[in-house]
Amino acid sequence: MAVQSQSAAATSAAPKKGFYAWLDKRLPVSEFIESQLTGYFAPKNFNFWYFFGFIALVVLVLQLVTGIFLTMFYKPGEATSFDSVQFIMREIDFGWLIRYMHSTGASAFFVVVYLHMFRAFLYGSYKAPRELLWLVGMLVYLALMAEAFMGYVLPWGNMSFWGAQVIVNIFGTIPVIGPGLVEWIRGDYAIADATVNRFFALHVVAIPLILLALVGLHLIALRRTGSNNPDGIEIKAKVGPNGHPLDGIPFHPYYTVKDTVGICAFLVIFAIIVFYTPTFGGLFLESANFEPANPVSTPPDITPVWYFTPFYAILRAMPDQRLGTLAMLLAIVAFFFLPWLDRSPVRSIRYKGWISKVALAVFVISFVGLGFMGMRPPEGLYVVIGRIFTGLYFLFWILMPFYSRWDSVKPVPERVVYHAH
Amino acid sequence: MLIEIGRTGKLMRVLGSCALALLLLGGSAWAADEAAAEKGQASKAEASSAEPTDWESWKAGTSVANTASLQRGARNFAEYCMGCHSLKYVRWSRVGTDLNIPANELQELIPAGDTPASYVSTPMPAQDAENWFGKVPPDLSLMAAERGKDYIYRLFKTFYVDPTKPTGTNNLQLPNIAMPNILSSLEGLKKAVYKSVPAADGKSEPEFDHFEQIAPGSMTEAQYDAFVRDTVNFLDYASEPTQMQRHALGIWVVLFLLVLTWLAWLMKQEYWKDVH
Repeated sequence: MAVQSQSAAATSAAPKKGFYAWLDKRLPVSEFIESQLTGYFAPKNFNFWYFFGFIALVVLVLQLVTGIFLTMFYKPGEATSFDSVQFIMREIDFGWLIRYMHSTGASAFFVVVYLHMFRAFLYGSYKAPRELLWLVGMLVYLALMAEAFMGYVLPWGNMSFWGAQVIVNIFGTIPVIGPGLVEWIRGDYAIADATVNRFFALHVVAIPLILLALVGLHLIALRRTGSNNPDGIEIKAKVGPNGHPLDGIPFHPYYTVKDTVGICAFLVIFAIIVFYTPTFGGLFLESANFEPANPVSTPPDITPVWYFTPFYAILRAMPDQRLGTLAMLLAIVAFFFLPWLDRSPVRSIRYKGWISKVALAVFVISFVGLGFMGMRPPEGLYVVIGRIFTGLYFLFWILMPFYSRWDSVKPVPERVVYHAH
Repeated sequence: MLIEIGRTGKLMRVLGSCALALLLLGGSAWAADEAAAEKGQASKAEASSAEPTDWESWKAGTSVANTASLQRGARNFAEYCMGCHSLKYVRWSRVGTDLNIPANELQELIPAGDTPASYVSTPMPAQDAENWFGKVPPDLSLMAAERGKDYIYRLFKTFYVDPTKPTGTNNLQLPNIAMPNILSSLEGLKKAVYKSVPAADGKSEPEFDHFEQIAPGSMTEAQYDAFVRDTVNFLDYASEPTQMQRHALGIWVVLFLLVLTWLAWLMKQEYWKDVH
C-alpha cells in the first residue's frame, strides 16, 4: 500500500528518465513547463477576443522567419532595392510566396494588434494591477510602427520614397532641433541611398531586437498578474482547496489546444489573402509602389499604409502643420494614460453603463473613420469629416475620467460566467 | 453584446463564414473576370456607334488562365511593342516555360543576338528615343500592376486623330500622350466627336461624346479588340509571372488549413469536455 502510493507520487512528481533526466538536471525544463504552462492557471471564460495575443506572437515569428529569407536576396541601396525585390518575386523559387507572406504579415500584424488592443478596451485589461502590462504593450505597438514604417521604405517604390519623405519631415516641425533631426534620420539632405541602408539596418537588426525584448517583458508582466477575463474579475480571489483558482484552468493543455484552433483559422484567412489577393486592392501593397522611387515624380496623393492612416488623418485635420504634429503625437500618447483615465469601479464593459458603451462605440467609429479619411485626398467634405472624427476621438479621451466615474454600473458576479458545452 | 462572441462554437461559425465569404468573393470575382473575358472576346466594342461612348467603364476582362491568349499577346508584344518598350525583369525562357511556347517558336520572338536567357529588351537606343519622343518609352514589366489592366486596355482603345499634336494623335486615357498610335495600321483612324455641355460659368465647354471611324485598318473592330485584350493579358502576366502558380497552389494550401482547423477544433472539443 505504502509502496504503491510512494510509486504513484514518484511517477507524478518525477517521471524523468534517460536524456530528459539528464537535461532536467542541467536546465530547468520541467520547472519551466510547470510554472509557465501546466501550472499556470488562466481564466476558463476566455472568448473570441482572447485569441489575438497568441496570434500576434505567431505573426511575429512568421515575420522573423520570412524576413530572414528575404534578407538573403534583398540588396539595400538606391540602385538595387527595387530590382532585388523584383528578383525575389520572379526568379527565386517561391520568393513570391515569402515576400507576399511578409507583406501580408505586416498588415496582419496590425489587424491582430488592433483587435488585441480593442479587447483590452472591452474588458478593462489595462486597469490595476495590469497598468505596466498595458504600457509595455503600448511600447510594443510603437516599436511595431517604427518597424513597419522602415520596412515599407525598403522596396524603394515611389510611394515608399514619398511616404518616407512625408513621415520623416514630420520630425522637422519640432521646434529648434527639427531640421537637424530630419537630416540625422535621413543621413543625407534628402531621402537617399544612406536612408534606405540605415532603415535596412534598423528594420532587420535593431528594432526586431527591441521588439523581442519588449514582447518578452510583456509576457513576463502577464505571468505576474495573470490574465484578465471578459468578466473583469480576479480569478485568484476564489481559490479551491488545492490552492488553484476555482475559475482557472491550466494554460496547457486547455489554451494551447484552443489557441491552435485560433491560429489555424487565422492562417486560413491569411492564406486566402496571400494566394488570391496579396495586394488587397492596393491596401496592403499600393499600386504606386510598382513604380521605382522617383524624386522628381510626386504621386498625386501621398498616403501612408492603412494602419497609419488614423493618425495621418489627425495630422491633416489640423489647420497648422505644427499643431497637426502635436495632435498626432497626443493621439498616440493618450493610449499610455488609459489606465489612469478610466475611473470606473468595474473593468468589463459587461458591467459598465450605457455611457461607457456609447463612448467606446464612438471611439471605434471615429478611429476607423479617421482611417478611411487618411486615405482620401485632404479636400472638401473629407476635411470636415476628418475634423469631426478628430474631435470625437479626443473627446473620448478627455471626458473619460468623468463619464467613467459617473456612469452607472451593474453588480459584478462573484465567479466568472461560463457555459460549458 | 453583439461584439462579444462568447463561445468558441460561435467563433468557429463566424470564422468559417468569414473564410467562406472570402472564398466566395474571390471565386465570384474570378468567375466574373472569366465571364467578362469570354464576353469581351465575342462582343464588338461600341466605339464607332453614334451612341455616347462610356470608355471610362471599359474593362479589359482578361484572364491569365487563358494560355492561348497569353501566347498571342506575347507575339503581339514582340511584333508591335518591343521596338520601343522593354520588359527588363522578364526572361524569354521564362515566357516560353510559363506560356507553353515551344523552343523553336520562342526563338522566332527573340531578337537577333539575344538568347532565351536574355531579359526582354528593346533594340532602340534610349538616347534616340529621348530625341524622337521627348522621353524614353517606359519599361512595361510592371505597368499592369502599377496602372491596372483596364487602364492599358482603355489606352489602346482611345487613340484618336489630333492634328495639333506632333504625333498627329492623342489619347483619352492619357491626354497628350507622347506615344504615336503605332497600332493605327490595325485599328484604322478614329476621330473624337464632342458635344457641348453647359459649364459652371454659363458658357459651354466641349465634352467627349463618341468616336467616328474615318479610315479603316487591316483588322475589324472585333479583331482589334481581341488583339488589344491579348496584349493586355500578356502585360498582366509580365507584371507578375508567378501569378498562375500562386492561384494553382493556393487552393491546396487553403484546403489543407481548413482540414487542419477542423482537426484542431475536434482536439479542442475533446480536451474541453472536462471544463465545467
